[in-house]
Amino acid sequence: MLEIIKEPWPWYVAGPLIGLTVPAFLIIGNKSFGISSSLRHICASCMPANIPFFKYDWKKEVWNLFFVFGIFLGGIVAFNLLANPNPVEIHPQLATELATYGITDYNHLVPQDIMNWESLFTLRGFLMMVFGGFLVGFGTRYAGGCTSGHAIMGLSNLQLPSLIATISFMVGGFIMANLILPTILSL
Amino acid sequence: MEQITVIDKDLEIRLQDAMCVNESHLEHKWYHNLKYLVVGILFGIVFVKSEVVSWFRIQEMFRLQSFHMFGIIGSAVLVGMVSIWLIKKFEVKTIYGEAIEIHDKKFNKGQIYGGLIFGLGWAITGACPGPLFAQIGTGATIIIVTLLSAIAGTWVYGYLREKLPH
Repeated sequence: MLEIIKEPWPWYVAGPLIGLTVPAFLIIGNKSFGISSSLRHICASCMPANIPFFKYDWKKEVWNLFFVFGIFLGGIVAFNLLANPNPVEIHPQLATELATYGITDYNHLVPQDIMNWESLFTLRGFLMMVFGGFLVGFGTRYAGGCTSGHAIMGLSNLQLPSLIATISFMVGGFIMANLILPTILSL
Repeated sequence: MEQITVIDKDLEIRLQDAMCVNESHLEHKWYHNLKYLVVGILFGIVFVKSEVVSWFRIQEMFRLQSFHMFGIIGSAVLVGMVSIWLIKKFEVKTIYGEAIEIHDKKFNKGQIYGGLIFGLGWAITGACPGPLFAQIGTGATIIIVTLLSAIAGTWVYGYLREKLPH
């Protein structure tokens, strides 16, 4: 049994489990599922700086911070107790492409060849981690949600704005991965 | 009466550019929040074990080299949709007996501009906000930098919000 759990989980197991978070949150506390708002609550609690957008009672949303701290703990548990002993399997075509940028280590969920503390101070590392992270934080809030809030919660509740947001996420991702990222990775 | 106005104003601000909000009018002791911690732990395990938090899986998704991520998002939405339909149809209550509320969202241009910006970032970092937390848990301490930068991005958005097209 444990052997099976340690293997990577197929999409038809993981997807429905992630989808069940939607009713779980509604039933255990009338909460709409979402994650990116946690970043806003961190801003509101640590450095509101008198900005109206951060002037609200963040303690009412503290449940969301418990949730993301749980995700962090879940990462620790999965990595230390349920780790897949084999490297991440990737599409051969992707492997060929990544090898041209010097990415050959698939033992971790993040590409350690380019995302590490030493590379942080190179242009490529700065763009990958600092600039990329900034776009994620800025974009999700501007869009009013991320993959969980819009794509999962919003679409589940048949919200047209969420469909528009989700399509925009995918368009942005396709443009970056296929047209811009190859240039960044070649730096 | 004044109290109610204050509460509504606060909810109004919290609802700005946010999908996920607390709709409950009940006040609980802090330890009730441990429920969300437990859901978070289970969620984090699913995230890591299904490799949703893998930079490589995100690259495959955006290159149409694998069905994995599309299958996960698609089946999650399907399960969520059926769940909300059932909750509405049978007027399911929360465990505290409260009626379940979900606010509808209005369209604004931010969903397009912001969505595109997030999409660009998603393909670079290989992570949306949730996976960042899980990746740090798996020992990728460098992702702390990405997370702090995402927090900074959120802050800058809040700072510039009034000047941005919506």
